[in-house]
Amino acid sequence: MNFKAERIHIAIAGGIIGIISVALVLLGNPANMGFCLACFIRDTAGGLGLHRAEAVQYIRPEVIGLVLGAMILSMARGEFAPRGGSAPVTRFFIAFFVMVGALMFLGCPFRMVLRLAGGDLNAVVGLIGFVVGIAAGVFFLKNGYSLKRTYKQTMVEGLSLPIVQLVLLILLVSAPAFIFFTAEGPGAKHAAVIYSLGAGLIVGALAQYTRLCMVGGFRDIILFREPKLLIGFCMIFLTALIGNLIFGKFHLGFADQPVAHTDSLWNFLGMVLAGLGCTMLGGCPLRQMVMAGEGNADSAVSYLGLLVGAAFCHNFGLAASGKGPTPNGKIAVIIGLVVLVCIAFMNTFGKKEERS
Amino acid sequence: MIDARGLSCPQPVLLIKSAVEKTHESQYTLLTDNMPCVENVCRFAKSAGYEAEYKKQNEEEFLVTLTRK
Repeated sequence: MNFKAERIHIAIAGGIIGIISVALVLLGNPANMGFCLACFIRDTAGGLGLHRAEAVQYIRPEVIGLVLGAMILSMARGEFAPRGGSAPVTRFFIAFFVMVGALMFLGCPFRMVLRLAGGDLNAVVGLIGFVVGIAAGVFFLKNGYSLKRTYKQTMVEGLSLPIVQLVLLILLVSAPAFIFFTAEGPGAKHAAVIYSLGAGLIVGALAQYTRLCMVGGFRDIILFREPKLLIGFCMIFLTALIGNLIFGKFHLGFADQPVAHTDSLWNFLGMVLAGLGCTMLGGCPLRQMVMAGEGNADSAVSYLGLLVGAAFCHNFGLAASGKGPTPNGKIAVIIGLVVLVCIAFMNTFGKKEERS
Repeated sequence: MIDARGLSCPQPVLLIKSAVEKTHESQYTLLTDNMPCVENVCRFAKSAGYEAEYKKQNEEEFLVTLTRK
């Protein structure tokens, strides 16, 4: 195994992904949102009518592409393997609260990197929260945290989420009357389907090949001083930063940042929640989508948790907006932190025979 | 032999790290069912001063052997 080549590959992949992220904004996606799994799954929930926030309803082809791109490459590499059964209900709730945290901050870890590259200093506060959340997750991991083993599943189980993504693509293209499309707002800002889908396929394949994960980068540095995944994270930042500077999309500061608010405490706590939850799930939302494409049914359940979480966030006024967090959102983040710490505690310090 | 089948990373690496720190043996073997785990364990082996080799046991399982350099 060539470790040096591995690092070069992830650096190149991260660089390409950063460039694609800037290109998607130039092609029509909202600013600093070339990619955002939380935002895009939220928009997809809206497109399906699971929430009725009219500004954010659009079945995002990027997510569809991610899952399918990862699936195609994993099949080509002989790595597609239907697996599952590792505490699916627990994973559903963890993913639910990851979305609550992400929509408090207004972005998943991927968008956090892109916001940093756009000069949004609120994302620095988010990054600090994210690392604190991961460090808390690492504490539990070091003490034996586990959601138990996965087991081999049927092909149907492994292919379920990719098939759902294909159905979503058909719904997007055919646009029947029951699918919602935002007329005005962030949901109306999007690149053409073919570009979004193509970008998703490429990023999905690159992430599958390199195992890219925003959470894994910091987790592995803290746990093993292993920098591979963090190299990918840094390269996305670097090339997106250069792209933003070239195309005049870089605006340094806290105020008036696109799809962002300036409430530091809640940006921080939102990302603590997301960082802790993602560490407990074993990967950021991007990685979850990639693993779902590789046949991992537990990651498919995480997708469903994120989707339902997004719907709840908009149906019950939990999601923040450019104006700032909502009172309901603050309560939900606190509840999320308490619930996740309880889940982590019980799956770490529970009876040993239950964990083995 | 560490049975890490069905465990997702970083758990297998933590298991072998803990074993290395506790027992300091010259050789360890680990059974896993996914390639990312093989890669992560091999990477850990290098940082811990071990030579790592892996072979595919069957369709679903890999056996990773760590030998002290």
